[in-house]
Amino acid sequence: MSTRSIYLDHAATTPVKPEVLEAMLPWFTENFGNPSTVYSIGRTSKKAIEEARETVARIIGAEPREIFFTGSGTEADNWAIKGAAYANMKKGKHIITTSIEHHAVLHTCQYLESEGFEVTYLPVDEYGLVSPEQVEAAIRPDTILISVMFANNEIGTIQPIAEIGKIAREKGICFHTDAVQAMGSIRVNVSDLNVDMLSMSAHKFYGPKGVGALYIRKGVKLTSFMHGGAQERGRRASTENVPGIVGLAKALELADKNMDEHNKKLIALRDRTIAEIEEKIPYVRLNGHREKRLPGNVNFSFEFIEGESLLLMLDLKGIAASSGSACTSGSLDPSHVLLAIGLPHERAHGSLRLTFGDGNTDEDVDCLMEVLPGIVERLREMSPLYEEVRSRKKD
Amino acid sequence: MSKGKVMLGMSGGVDSSVAAALLIGQGYEVIGITMQIWPDMDECRRRTEGGCCSLSAVDDARRVANSLGINYYVLNFKDVFQDKVIDYFTNEYLAGRTPNPCIACNRFVKFEALLAKAVSMGMDYIATGHYARIEYDDKAGRYLLKKSVAAGKDQTYVLYTMTQYQLARTLFPIGGFTKDQVRALASEYGLPVASKPDSQEICFVEDNDYGRFIEENTDAEIKPGYFVDRQGNILGRHRGIIHYTIGQRKGLGVSFGKPMYVAEIRPEDNTVVLGDADEVFSAGLVASDPNFISIDELRDEMRVTAKIRYSAKEAPAVIRPLDSGRVEVLFDEPQRAVTPGQAVVFYDGDIVVGGAVIEKSFRQYSK
Repeated sequence: MSTRSIYLDHAATTPVKPEVLEAMLPWFTENFGNPSTVYSIGRTSKKAIEEARETVARIIGAEPREIFFTGSGTEADNWAIKGAAYANMKKGKHIITTSIEHHAVLHTCQYLESEGFEVTYLPVDEYGLVSPEQVEAAIRPDTILISVMFANNEIGTIQPIAEIGKIAREKGICFHTDAVQAMGSIRVNVSDLNVDMLSMSAHKFYGPKGVGALYIRKGVKLTSFMHGGAQERGRRASTENVPGIVGLAKALELADKNMDEHNKKLIALRDRTIAEIEEKIPYVRLNGHREKRLPGNVNFSFEFIEGESLLLMLDLKGIAASSGSACTSGSLDPSHVLLAIGLPHERAHGSLRLTFGDGNTDEDVDCLMEVLPGIVERLREMSPLYEEVRSRKKD
Repeated sequence: MSKGKVMLGMSGGVDSSVAAALLIGQGYEVIGITMQIWPDMDECRRRTEGGCCSLSAVDDARRVANSLGINYYVLNFKDVFQDKVIDYFTNEYLAGRTPNPCIACNRFVKFEALLAKAVSMGMDYIATGHYARIEYDDKAGRYLLKKSVAAGKDQTYVLYTMTQYQLARTLFPIGGFTKDQVRALASEYGLPVASKPDSQEICFVEDNDYGRFIEENTDAEIKPGYFVDRQGNILGRHRGIIHYTIGQRKGLGVSFGKPMYVAEIRPEDNTVVLGDADEVFSAGLVASDPNFISIDELRDEMRVTAKIRYSAKEAPAVIRPLDSGRVEVLFDEPQRAVTPGQAVVFYDGDIVVGGAVIEKSFRQYSK
């Protein structure tokens, strides 16, 4: 058995870049001061946070006072959606989202439904695209929030955020986008896109885990998420995660600087993998859109097999992949995203997501393609359905 | 050199944990798995100890796998478990029978679905922490299923459906040990589970309240009906046939001035027949869907000891084939509470001859 390990799950999380770690380290030890204090060492921490805020703001075209640091992307999503819902409930109780959102959005919306809000979950087409026309058609006089993810975590489909933002702006409805998967791969300007709120998570772009950010456009009404202090302008109490915030900003800065080169490399790996899988393995289907797709994302359904067995066998060969989002792979239910793009139950079970990142090379794809066709064939040999299809072909 | 690749079912309990350590010691390449059998994680979270997939089981199994340094996965068996165990369990009760879900789980989930998955993944064997032994008999050219050496722990009753194909690909590493020895091994290996209590109840029924479980899992209406005697006289009202099993005395909710027992359940007219103590004894029974292990087929009469439920003592009996694969069992002495839906398992000493599903009992034997 090969001892080489290949990491192909960058949509789940990414390793912290050495430069990011280096930027973070002083804020654990020598510069440990609490940013809310008056003395020098505390003020140093405060300054670091404000510089980080400026960096993030500059990169997404926002003002520093519109950036709020959180404990995660999930927290940013929760805050954006619950905060906007509760702050505007006198105006209306209708929310529009999509059926392929991350659970951080979906489950939050479901919770709000139990609190008396009404939620419209827009369907998507076979590529996982939401149509701006459908968004517009779903708007009602009591609609208070539209939340559409920037890019899908499972199938990589990139949504027409600018078009939806334009509609939301014209109708005067608050527009949130979960950009957790998009940040670092797509240049985002909140003004051009007419986005009112945007969530991000540092560990998806080579930053540390446990820190995220929410952009909240000036003037957007939102209830506070955490109570108990004046941090983040009193809207997200708790002592700031200074090293994490510094790391988030540094990681985003690097991602922004290297984006073109990074994307070029990932797209090459992605397209080569897609081409080789389609060439070497029969009965496969690429999930998601071929062009409107995250640079590192490959998602295939393999007929006649279960993704679960496939993942295990890849793991035993030292290849880290996933079948859907990391948050649901523990349960291995058919993915709601694949069901939403119209895959039948059994095929939604047989999917594989490979997401490339910084550390990957062409040799990784060589290794993958050395083992993947054999594993798929072996698993299919046990499937009575496949046997039937094969014997029919021979006749 | 590895003795082969084994996929081991782990519950986080002491038995499967020691099984893992023993297999590794014997030179097998071991992958640990836990079968997830619940429709969703919320359901799973509601359950406590004992369930194959309860979160604490997964946490415990993962901890054991980590301490042994083996790969560990949670595999999804929800659909087959719903279909072959939960639905079967519910339907049997609705039909006035008393099912054994552990037998169904072993037959369809562990030794069918799990084994198929293991084989497809290139495994040579599956293993579980059952108290039973598998031996190959050169003379007969067959794999034999034998009782565990642990008195009172033997689990062959719930394994009688195993085929030669399954036995050839299954390992029961703790079958040769007593429970005390297993606990001692757990401490010796430093496994983090040594003090966990044994699980007893049906793993998917909360608080052992199977009546409520069935009501929650079926659209069928659970209708109250009448207790009657053998002559058809009405003795009282019952709460619905799913709440009763043959031989039951407690919980009838009516007092009769003398001990009365459930002698028969009749789904066709929704009645429960009560009788006094001697009315729940049977001279014999007819069973269907047999599986034979030590022999390939039952051709003639055979003397065995027969066990009619998990907790019953074996009773001397003669078995003989009937038409359409059924088996007749005649006890030397009448047996109490022979219950349709339960299994009857036949033994020749330590060796499992085979078993079948009880269809009906008869009080007197008439040739």
